[in-house]
Parts: sequence; C-alpha cells; structure tokens
Amino acid sequence: MTTAAPKHTPKMAELSLGQRLAPWMPVLLVPVLVALGALAIPQTSSWLTLTVSGLAMGMMIFIMASGLTLVFGLMDVINFGHGAFVSIGAFVGVSVLLMLGQMTGAPSLGLNLIALMLAVVGAMAATGAVGWAFEKVIVMPVYGHHLKQILVTMGGLIVIEQLIIVLWGPEEIYITRPEALKGAITFAGAALEKYRLVAVVVGLIVFAAMRFVLRRTKIGLIVRAGVQNGEMVEALGYRLRRVFVGVFIAGSALAGLGGVMWGLYQEVITAHMGNDAMILIFIVVIIGGLGSVEGCFIGALLVGLMQNYVAYIEPKAALISNIALMVLILMWRPMGMIPVVKAK
Amino acid sequence: MSEPILKLEGVYTNIAQYHILQGVDLEVPKGAVTMLLGRNGVGKTTTLRTVIGHWRAHKGRVLFDGEDITALPTPLIARAGLGFVPEDMGIFSDLTVEENMVLAAIHGPINSARLDWIFTAFPPLKTFWKSEAGNLSGGQKQMLSIARAMVEERKLYLIDEPTKGLAPAIVSTMARALRELKEQGASILLVEQNFAVARALGDTANVMDDGRMIWSGAMAELSGDATLQERLMGLSLDAHH
Repeated sequence: MTTAAPKHTPKMAELSLGQRLAPWMPVLLVPVLVALGALAIPQTSSWLTLTVSGLAMGMMIFIMASGLTLVFGLMDVINFGHGAFVSIGAFVGVSVLLMLGQMTGAPSLGLNLIALMLAVVGAMAATGAVGWAFEKVIVMPVYGHHLKQILVTMGGLIVIEQLIIVLWGPEEIYITRPEALKGAITFAGAALEKYRLVAVVVGLIVFAAMRFVLRRTKIGLIVRAGVQNGEMVEALGYRLRRVFVGVFIAGSALAGLGGVMWGLYQEVITAHMGNDAMILIFIVVIIGGLGSVEGCFIGALLVGLMQNYVAYIEPKAALISNIALMVLILMWRPMGMIPVVKAK
Repeated sequence: MSEPILKLEGVYTNIAQYHILQGVDLEVPKGAVTMLLGRNGVGKTTTLRTVIGHWRAHKGRVLFDGEDITALPTPLIARAGLGFVPEDMGIFSDLTVEENMVLAAIHGPINSARLDWIFTAFPPLKTFWKSEAGNLSGGQKQMLSIARAMVEERKLYLIDEPTKGLAPAIVSTMARALRELKEQGASILLVEQNFAVARALGDTANVMDDGRMIWSGAMAELSGDATLQERLMGLSLDAHH
C-alpha cells in the first residue's frame, strides 16, 4: 500500500530554562502574590484570612467570567450584557432560597445543601434559558460587528435590569446564608468563613470540570480548535454555530451560578449587581488572554487576592489596585497571560 | 465517461467590491488528479474556497457528486465527503498533532491501518504525535495539514499549494504521499505552482486567468507543448525541471 518516505529523523530544538519556564510564569504569579502578601501583612492570621477571602472572591469571579471569555474566543463576540446573567442568577437563586426558608433556616447540613442545590439549579436553568434567547435575539444579528455588539448587548443589559426591577422591585434584597454556611472555623489562629471555603471548593470543581470537558472530550476539542480557527473547524465538518450556542448557554448558566454565589457572598442583591461585577470580569478576561479558560482562572485568582490584600493594607488604593494589575500584566504580555493563538 | 465528482457551472464570486471569479466552469473527474494552474491572483484559491463554502458564489452552480452544494453551509459540504487543505494549512497550533488528527476524523476513531500509512508517508507526525502543532516546522505543519485530510477516505480532496515554500526534500515527501493517494483511486483537485509536481501528478489540467478558466485538457498535452504553456501562463514547464 505504501512506499516509505526518505529517512527522516527530526528532533525538537533543546529549550533553555527560560523557555521551559515561560508557559508556567502566569501560574507562578499566584504563589508569588501570596508570598508578597505574607511579606506585606505581618500577622499570619490576618494574611491567612485575607488569602482565603481573596481565593474565594477569585473563584466566584472566575465562574462568572469563564463563559464570557469562551464566547469571545469562539465567535469574536463582545458581550457587554453578560452581567445580566449574573443578576438574573442571583435573583432567581435567592428567590428559591427565600421560598425554602424553612430548609435554609434549619440546623441541618443536608436540608441546607438541598435548598442550595435547588437554588443553583433554578438559577442556572433560568440564566441558561435567558442566554439562549439573548443569543438568538440580540447577539446573532450582529455577528462580526464589534461596535454594534457593544451597543446592542449593553442595551440588552439595561432592558434585563429593568425587567428585574419590574419583577422583584427596585429595592435591594438582603439575604442570610443557610445555617450550615454561617460562621467560621478557626485554623492557625485565623478565622476562616465557612462560606468562603465552600466558594473555593466550588470554584475548583467548576475549573476542573471545564478543564476536563475542554481537554478530554471531542466537544472540548472542537471548542478549543474553534477559538483558534473557526473557519477550519467548519471545513472539517463541524457546525460551529451550534457549538457556539451551546457554549453561550453554558456560559450564561455559569454566570447564573456565579450570581447566586456572589449574592450569598455579599448577602445583598441588586438589579445592577451584574453590571457592577462586569468591571472585574472584564479585567480578568483581558489579563487572562481572550478565549483562555486557564488564563481566566489565574487572572481571577490574582484579582481576588490583590483586591483583598490592598483593601487591608491601604483601603483607598483597593479600587485602583486591579487596574494597576491589569496595566502591569498587559505591559508584560500585551495579549494577556495565556494568549490563544488565533488564525490569521 | 462517468459523471464528474465536482462541476462548477458559470461561477461568479465577489469578495467585497472585487469580482474575483467571473464565470468559472470546471469539471473534476472521479479517480483522477486535476490540476488548477495559473499565475498568482487569478482566482485559484478563491475557486477552492468557493467550493468548500468559505466564499459564496453569487451566481452559477457548484455540483458535488451530482448534488447542488452552492448554498450549503461549509460543515455540510465537508461532511458530504470533501477534504480541504487550505493554502495557510489551517493548523490548530495550541492542539497537539494527535488532537489535530482526532478532530479531522469526523466519523469516529482514527482507523489504525490508515494511521500507519500516514505515519509511513509522514514520519515526523509519529515522532511529534503528542507535541503541540504550533511547535512543528513549516514542512511538518504542511504534512499535518494534508494528513488531516487523508485521515479518512474522502470523495474529493481540495488541496491548495501543498509545496509552497517548502524545501526540496519535503516537496518530494509531499509529492510521494499525494501519488500514493492517487494510486488508491482518490479524486483530487490540486492547486500547485511547482510545475514539476504538477506534471508528475496531474491527469488533467485547467488554467485560469483573470477569474476565468482559459484552458482545460490533459496535463500531458500542456506539459508537452511549450508554446501552449507560454501562451497560457507566460512560462515554460521545461524551465521547472
């Protein structure tokens, strides 16, 4: 059947230490920032509390932002309306929790978890459905037109915020966490809020699940390839448009999950909470590298840690600390920490 | 003579304000290698991209295996049995060689006998199977691009300048692999600037100029007629020995 090709013994060039370390540099930034935090904050207990708080905040931002980065990477869509899914998720999830007040108020971990699961499922189902409609009605007509995407998705965000106000009223809603998630545990002299520890675990599970889907499944392969060169993926026979709709729905549902978690974290929800979170979400997506889930994860952890450390050391600087972080990272890597190689 | 596997009837394609194809007629017979020749910028790549659906014909018809595919979405055209190797190779740089190949096998796991054949034709792909495709050399990327099309049997292979910018040794490897594909009875539409390769592989030839097909016939006839080459393309194939 075949004729052997000429003898060919190709070899990869030997990489220097710097070249071998380069891909891991963004990952190393997280422990470096944690170490800097330890140097700047002499009390170990305070540093530990802030570190857990920062990681928890970072995980929640990652959950909210991961869908946005994939949507941008896959179809070059800039969705300024992504924050709407955060708000919807928070309102639907909190409404479910309020309806299940007896379960959340009971001193039973099992009942608390069931109530939380129902709230999360409700929030993700609602935001997934709204995401599907949002993509069909608002995003699809403006493929390939960035300016129109910005304007129309911001318009969509405003409309959804107003709908939330119509449905739930204009007042902010205060909530209390389920009994099992209240309070803190003490570790090495530091008080670590239970809810924040749960948020860290949930964030890690979501990240691991996304990594698994993206790295170990065919659909993940299509998504990763589509982020780089959508035209070629279609030429291989895959209907990228359908994949994109699926990613958009999944990303919206994740934003909904993030909304529930963010609401419980802050213990208050408002119609514009998603819009407020968009600043951090965009910073994370940009410094991570547009389209990169791993970059988004690392970026979110850096933003969460930075915000908490700086707010403790110099509260007035907290607001600008993440902007400064973004500037520094973009000066180092203008395409973000883990840029996705796009086809020309 | 059997029905051609691919037929273009009066195809016009515009890209923005530019009228690139201006009434292209083309027939690609089954089980043969059809060369698409012509100077740079005459519409060869646009013809291939119109067939696969990346550009849309605004007039005329594209028939593939008897079916009108002019308005079909690209994924459905590909699933109808077209393997496409674009001029820029279309490699997914962040994916490994293996992942690139797995992705190209749209009907299920890769057939091991076919993979062995590909490894024999393109040994570097075996060596760098688990490596990121972005780290391959230009020639190795081109091998991967062609291997991706070959990983499953297709009714027609559209291959755009597979030897462009490659070292002579790699060009020989490419030509050998394409000849083996041809010997298996594959139908191939090949855009090629290397006339030695064109002459070695081509059964029929089609010459384009200014968005139109200006000559169609046997490759042997074109390669044996220096005057014709001079008239059609402004050069002689003999110069490319």
